[in-house]
Amino acid sequence: MARLFEMNSLSVSYGGDPVLENVNFYVEENDFIGVIGPNGGGKTTLLKVILGLLEPISGKLAFNNKLLNSRSIGYLPQISTGDLNYPVTVMDVILSGLMIRKSTLSRMSSGDKKKAFSVIDELGIRDLANTSLNELSGGQLQRVFLGRALIGDPRLLLLDEPGNFVDSTFENDFYEKLKDLNSRMAILMVSHDVGTISQHIKSFACVNRSLHYHPSHEITNDDLFAYGCPIQLIAHGVVPHTVLKIHQ
Amino acid sequence: MEQNIFQYDFIIKGLLGALFASITAGFAGTYIVSRRMVFLSGGITHASFGGIGIGYFIGINPVLGAAIFGIFSALGVEYLSSRQKIREDSAIGILWAFGMAIGIIFIYLTPGYSPNLMSYLFGSILTVSLADITALGVMSVVLILYFIIFYRTILYISFDESYARTYSSYVDIFKYITTSLIALTIVLNIRMAGVVLVLSLLTIPPNIAMIFTRVYLRIVLWSVVAGFVGTATGYAISYFAGLPVGATIIFTLVIIWVIVKSFSLISLRIKEMNKSRKR
Repeated sequence: MARLFEMNSLSVSYGGDPVLENVNFYVEENDFIGVIGPNGGGKTTLLKVILGLLEPISGKLAFNNKLLNSRSIGYLPQISTGDLNYPVTVMDVILSGLMIRKSTLSRMSSGDKKKAFSVIDELGIRDLANTSLNELSGGQLQRVFLGRALIGDPRLLLLDEPGNFVDSTFENDFYEKLKDLNSRMAILMVSHDVGTISQHIKSFACVNRSLHYHPSHEITNDDLFAYGCPIQLIAHGVVPHTVLKIHQ
Repeated sequence: MEQNIFQYDFIIKGLLGALFASITAGFAGTYIVSRRMVFLSGGITHASFGGIGIGYFIGINPVLGAAIFGIFSALGVEYLSSRQKIREDSAIGILWAFGMAIGIIFIYLTPGYSPNLMSYLFGSILTVSLADITALGVMSVVLILYFIIFYRTILYISFDESYARTYSSYVDIFKYITTSLIALTIVLNIRMAGVVLVLSLLTIPPNIAMIFTRVYLRIVLWSVVAGFVGTATGYAISYFAGLPVGATIIFTLVIIWVIVKSFSLISLRIKEMNKSRKR
């Protein structure tokens, strides 16, 4: 399968020690990758590099220009980045996802609004179009921000801890939605919850300064080397689970 | 006859001043209230008093001095807080007092007593010149054009700056330009309401507007309306009752806010009671 981008011996730092070191990684079309690892391990940093917000100190990131450019990436940040009390409507937030294709001067056309409504319908939040953000529940907010990421028809969708928005009862719907989307785009989902992760995920990247990529489901002994201490996984037989290869 | 012309001039000046003050304060105020920059704006306001003092001392137009001080302190705080290596509220607090101190020292050093000092602290329509009103009028046009042309860009940057950075490399430029325009707006309105009171001219109208609507552009429109009603009414009251104009305007605006807020709370309560009755 064709690769959307490749990272070669890439290192990133915020001025001190590298946060990511010597990372080799790639994402294939229609892959659904779970990025797991401890807090502060560099998961969000990995997303920032892909988004072009951070320049690597060494190594490089190369997009496959036929399939991907910086305008065809959708991004769902952690819930905390926007001001949820800001006077802005659901429609406005979703339209803002189109700014990635627009200049600072351009206006929203009726075609853009139509596009926004089709996304709103797809996510089942039509009645909320003119609602102000501060009136929404966590699950609704998650859909709105997902809508913002989807309106530009991305080839690659980056999700930063989407589970933080909602309690687990809403989570199932959300992952089902992601499974649908995965037929149209590759998904890279960061999660700090290493115990459980959606079963729709096809492959894993374990990030803790270094990155270990497990291209598809593997069954060997243990994977938790990246966490720096011996850990044992406990699971009942009926729960689907994945055991990854030991990191080299 | 002369009396009439004087009164006519006074009323026109007052109305135009009120209109332009409400327009500029409506745009700037909605921005600072929704971006939670009220304290920063207080810092800019008081820092600009340093410019007024220096303006007096070296004999230039004090408003020009205030504008220079205001813009530089605004840019300084925006820059420092984007570095995140400094406590923003402390920095603003220091700037706030420092500006006032410089202003007072230089006014003290200026030979002769400055009778206009009180008008800078508390505002006075009597000292508002045609040039001041013209400046406010120009500022109104600039702000209207700026917000119309860049509406979505400004809205999205102030709503979610880090997301805006994923698609635009102009985030910082827009923040600096907008903050400079806010600083200029504050300085130009100091003539109307004074250093001590001008901040409420910016913050009360959007808070009245947000009782009715949470849509950004509508907040701006309602702020301008509320600001104009409050400013014009306050101005009239101060004229007939012989009260200081800046203080009377702010007092009127707060009373409007209290009345509107009470009505909205009461109507909300009635709606809730009707709902529970239907059940």
